[in-house]
Amino acid sequence: MSEQPTEKKPAPATPESGRTPPPPHGLKRVVDEIVDGSLLVTVLAVVLALFFGAILIIVSDEEVRGTFSYFFSAPGDALSASWAAVGEAYGALFRGAIWNPDSSWNVATAIGPFSETLTEATPLLLGGLAIGLAFRAGLFNIGGQGQLIMGAICAAAVGFSLEGPVVVAAVLSVLAGIAGGALYGALVGFLKARTGAHEVIVTIMLNYVAVSFLVWLITTDAVKNHERYEPLSKSVSEAAELPRLLSWLPEGGGSLRLHTGLLIAIAAVFFCRWLLNRSTLGFELRAVGANPSAARTAGMSVGKGQIMAMLISGGLMGIVGATQVLGTANANNALTPSIDAGLGFTAITVALLGRASPVGTVFAAILFGALQAGGRAMQASAGISLELVTVLQALIVLFVAAPPLVRGIFRLKGAGGSEAALASKGWNG
Amino acid sequence: MALELRGITKRFGALVANDAIDLEVRPGEIHCLLGENGAGKSTLMNILYGLYQPDEGEIRINGKPLRLDGPRSAINAGIGMVHQHFMLVPVFTVAENVMLGDERVKGPFLDHRSARGHVREVSERYGLAVDPDATVGDLPVGVQQRVEIVKALTRDAKVLILDEPTAVLTPQETRELFTVMRRLREAGTAIVFITHKLKEVKAIADRITVIRRGKVVGTATPDASEAELASLMVGRQVRLRVEKTPARASSAGPAFSVRDLTVRNLAGQAVVDGIGFDIMPGEVLGVAGVQGNGQTELAQAILGLITPEHGSIVLDGVDLSAKSPRDRLRAGLGFVPEDRGHDGLVGTSSVAENLVLDLYDRPEFGRRGSMDLKAVRRNAAERVEEFDIRTTSIDQPVGRLSGGNQQKVVVAREMSRPLRMLLISQPTRGVDVGAMEFIHQRIIRERDQGRPVLLISTELDEVMSLSDRVAVMYGGKIVAVVPADTSTEKIGLLMAGANPEDVVDE
Repeated sequence: MSEQPTEKKPAPATPESGRTPPPPHGLKRVVDEIVDGSLLVTVLAVVLALFFGAILIIVSDEEVRGTFSYFFSAPGDALSASWAAVGEAYGALFRGAIWNPDSSWNVATAIGPFSETLTEATPLLLGGLAIGLAFRAGLFNIGGQGQLIMGAICAAAVGFSLEGPVVVAAVLSVLAGIAGGALYGALVGFLKARTGAHEVIVTIMLNYVAVSFLVWLITTDAVKNHERYEPLSKSVSEAAELPRLLSWLPEGGGSLRLHTGLLIAIAAVFFCRWLLNRSTLGFELRAVGANPSAARTAGMSVGKGQIMAMLISGGLMGIVGATQVLGTANANNALTPSIDAGLGFTAITVALLGRASPVGTVFAAILFGALQAGGRAMQASAGISLELVTVLQALIVLFVAAPPLVRGIFRLKGAGGSEAALASKGWNG
Repeated sequence: MALELRGITKRFGALVANDAIDLEVRPGEIHCLLGENGAGKSTLMNILYGLYQPDEGEIRINGKPLRLDGPRSAINAGIGMVHQHFMLVPVFTVAENVMLGDERVKGPFLDHRSARGHVREVSERYGLAVDPDATVGDLPVGVQQRVEIVKALTRDAKVLILDEPTAVLTPQETRELFTVMRRLREAGTAIVFITHKLKEVKAIADRITVIRRGKVVGTATPDASEAELASLMVGRQVRLRVEKTPARASSAGPAFSVRDLTVRNLAGQAVVDGIGFDIMPGEVLGVAGVQGNGQTELAQAILGLITPEHGSIVLDGVDLSAKSPRDRLRAGLGFVPEDRGHDGLVGTSSVAENLVLDLYDRPEFGRRGSMDLKAVRRNAAERVEEFDIRTTSIDQPVGRLSGGNQQKVVVAREMSRPLRMLLISQPTRGVDVGAMEFIHQRIIRERDQGRPVLLISTELDEVMSLSDRVAVMYGGKIVAVVPADTSTEKIGLLMAGANPEDVVDE
């Protein structure tokens, strides 16, 4: 990861380095911890998660469990059955996410699994960038869900009505999505800057508001799909759909779902990199996030920084909403009550895994996208519940969040004297 | 009880904070541990208090090796510590604070009566006057410190460690502390007194151990001269006096004036109470006072971080009162905050970034929303060179630097833009002697270039040696403005709230 300014905590091990700011509390400290961790810990966390996932696969398979009942008379049976079950599951995961060597050989089927991975990774990447950006400004944006939904609603509203030329309609719909998410996010920043309301509480509440608003909206005559019984809105106009990227491939290219949302996401990565490392606004956001008192003393407006951070974070989430409606969420390109697909929350884990840096988030999003895409193949061919993927994702983040645990398991030498430093913080803080 | 440290070594990664340190403290002795900030004094004391484990060496009490795995075992071994930042619960009474961690109980209830009795008994035995029923938060800092000492003594401390105890005290309170220390010495307590103030060492120490860069570099007796101690501590000759010419009298009017400035805290008390003063071009006005008498709020109000109830702040004829902090900085106000870690620096950001913390969007560093990273780096290289900032690289997080170098980063940043006035608070708090010398010279240079300088410091020596006039703050008011050659005694009395007329009459 080639993030430019090496963002690290002041060494906890120099006890006399003067008045270091008091250690941040609770949530902020956990986030800092994760953001500052090393790449090695991340890789090992993935390895560990797969290991514990394997145990779950073994335990949940009735046949394999049976072989363990006579483990001591014939341990070979249990071990080989376990090996086979785990191998089959993870094999299917790989075939579904990266490449399937058994498929008939042509370009479309060869790149099919990986294009699915990228399709799944697209909203995760955009969402991860959104949350990561807020992290860097010291804000814990739990409101991805709400911002995403507002973005989806705005994108759909434009998408319903515009029949116009293909590119124009899609672009306007995405812009509407950005605006919807950005304003909904900025509202949080505004409340925080003006009233000091904690963003976590506000965003959680606004999530409820957005979900309920969406559910109500879908039932209104203007939006409802009158041909269907389930809660579903009209479809957006064909012109507003995001064009697919690989449909030109011969022999099955048409079935590949990868769409232009990926290009938007890649552009967003470059934008966020520039914003954080090269722009004056990003400098302000990072200063406000890392030490608001110093930022204020240097003449920056902390409130403005928080509003801008939430505006941009919400805007990126709004793009996720737009790509959900205009791209992949359902075959109808319509609003449904579950349009957010939990992305607002998965994005938090992606951002944590990507250590809130744009480049790191790319890798994290691809990893999670691969788990998602592969998980479906695993469910289909190995009969493993898709929930295992959720467990794997949760385990990865758990291990990333607890570096001492990972270091302990792998007997790595940790950052020296961390316990002592903690004790000393307790005394000097 | 004799305490011995033998060959104590403590490493933090590549940094050797303590390198084979030997130290011996005898009963009835005040042993001074003298060293600059970052020399390793606090690390050593944290080892002695069981907070850190030494990598090598051992601690012996009466010749027997002792293993300390936490403050609890240190307390049990008879070691008591008074931290620089008090570990008291402000809303508890003195007795409750003393009892905390060592609660006396009667059945399921706390035994307040016996706790009070215990406090009274200890305070009488050592002549440490404290009221067991007073709420700690209401007590002056000097008395709070006494509570900490009582707390250590009630746990039968035979070795008392005082970590920079005078940093928060007025000269009078310091003298009282010294009286208490002498009394404890007579009672047979061994005292380790950590400090970097040479005058105090000479006033109270029986023996002196000087530490530099984690090593014991020498021992001395109190009759060593200040210059000898200073050069031992810093490792080279240092000038203890600030060399400056008298301020040139200027015929022009004041360059900076504050009128009738009042700031109220949330509780509605006037923490800055109708303050007014003028500073001439090329003059240093020092503000002396015990911490917490409104200096912090005065500085914040001048920068515009807090909104005063009323009052005006005028710089070169321009009223700053309605301007934002950013506009005041742009108007040429240089601002060095009292707490650099909290208000002056973003610890996780690089030295280079911190050097442009209030300039990042100005040409040449920022243009149309985009930053010129090359210019930022070039600026950093120049400032590091000019201000002799000791850092391994300009990309190093500023929080990793020593206190003195962190302060130099703040000073370098503020002095590297065109200033019309400099407000500098606690310029050398937690700064080593070498950096202190340098920062003092830069302040005088600003003055000599004709700028008004407002210097706020709780170090009376610093105020006296740098200022042309001294304003004494007490209870949110400037109680007197006196020439810089007024005696320390008189200023000390004013700082403690004595009636200015009585002091002047003396």
